[in-house]
Amino acid sequence: MSKLTPAPGQTVGPFFGYALPFAKDNELATPGSAGSIRLHGTVADGAGDPIPDAILEIWQPAADGTIVAETGSLVRDGYTFTGWGRASTGATGRYTFTTVNPGATRRGVAPFIAVVVFARGLTNRLFTRAYLPDDDDALAADPLLASLPGDRRSTLIATREPDGGLRWDVRLQGDGETVFLDFDGGALAGGRDVSGERA
Amino acid sequence: MTNPRQNTQQEMSAEIQAIASGYRDSVAAGGAVLTQPSLDYAPYRSSILRHPTKNLHHADPETIELFSPAFGHQDVSPLEADLTIVHHGEPQGERIKVAGKVLDGDGRPVAGQLVEIWQANAAGRYIHKRDQHPAPIDPNFTGVGRCITGSDGSYAFTTIKPGAYPWKNHLNAWRPAHIHFSLFGNEFTQRIITQMYFPGDQLFPLDPIYQSIVDQDARDRLVATYNHDLTSPEWSLGYNWDIVLTGSKRTWTENEALGEDGEHHE
Ligand SMILES: [Fe+2]
Repeated sequence: MSKLTPAPGQTVGPFFGYALPFAKDNELATPGSAGSIRLHGTVADGAGDPIPDAILEIWQPAADGTIVAETGSLVRDGYTFTGWGRASTGATGRYTFTTVNPGATRRGVAPFIAVVVFARGLTNRLFTRAYLPDDDDALAADPLLASLPGDRRSTLIATREPDGGLRWDVRLQGDGETVFLDFDGGALAGGRDVSGERA
Repeated sequence: MTNPRQNTQQEMSAEIQAIASGYRDSVAAGGAVLTQPSLDYAPYRSSILRHPTKNLHHADPETIELFSPAFGHQDVSPLEADLTIVHHGEPQGERIKVAGKVLDGDGRPVAGQLVEIWQANAAGRYIHKRDQHPAPIDPNFTGVGRCITGSDGSYAFTTIKPGAYPWKNHLNAWRPAHIHFSLFGNEFTQRIITQMYFPGDQLFPLDPIYQSIVDQDARDRLVATYNHDLTSPEWSLGYNWDIVLTGSKRTWTENEALGEDGEHHE
């Protein structure tokens, strides 16, 4: 098949707030329901200041590791787990999801939540991952984490909170800059040669 | 911003041109063709503190990333594709139809997936509390639409042509008329939010957001084409815009490749 060149992305801009959010957009699970947890954190810029106009989407397996194909994310019935949600940051740069712990899709692999970040001032979307912190052996065996230096690796691993929830912050730039992912390579990666990243 | 004074358009255009000519020189010398916007693009002032300084890290997509969330008719009513019927009256402005196909990087239709759009009204004003541009709000226009692509990847919206609007990036900064598009592919790695523009806009060379895509061919991919076949007599003008997402990384089953499996992945 012919290879086509993908369209470029553009910033989500400042005015998505009346268009992209919807009722229960951040509730993959009903708050307080069995197995539900809070996933939350702050999105910050290169000065460490919170970003009040970012929007995050998550996409994850169910608690048993199944990748679901259920519709109904936009009009939630309160019972069906669709695996996908969307959360805007507020004035304090904080986002919150209610979800479940994703299960391992195969025995021994480290469970993670796939994340995409959009913001005013961000010219293109950024992909990343939030790993569960619980299984040290699985984390040690993860190919992506193994390819990162220790201080960068930690940006992809959420922190377990006393109430069972997950804390995971996003730093777009600067100290503790989150690792963002390129799935396509080279010219599709925002104008940077990604081949030498490990150095 | 930290700038003691706002830059003029002339100063901004000089910055844009310097980056553009540097890029052309680089390509002429055998450098990479950049088909996506530069994350680090200082003329767009808000990007200065919001771009990663480290290179994106190459990763092979795994499991969940090779699939996409599913959307269907529980999620979106067919009426949401017409932005002109949301209120009791007709919105002001030039009624248009915007239609095209969503394809993956291998040319396969992206079937049964969610497309969301939002836009300013004909006067260049958004229904958003932070839009303080003193242009009229249209009580008959909200400017938000959604649809689910057909089995051939097709989508179509009826709306009105949005106006250009001012913003505060620099003195006398105006965005070319555009419609924001949010698209899902068959895989999470294909997720994209972008903007569609209208052909021949005189503001293109002046706009740091459009110019953050430094490659002319890549920029052109965001510009719709006027298409008289999409124009309806005594009703609306037609624009075509096909959207190509990144390539598939998953091994497809035969049914999926034939587009028979638009809303399901298993
Ligand atoms: Fe806009």
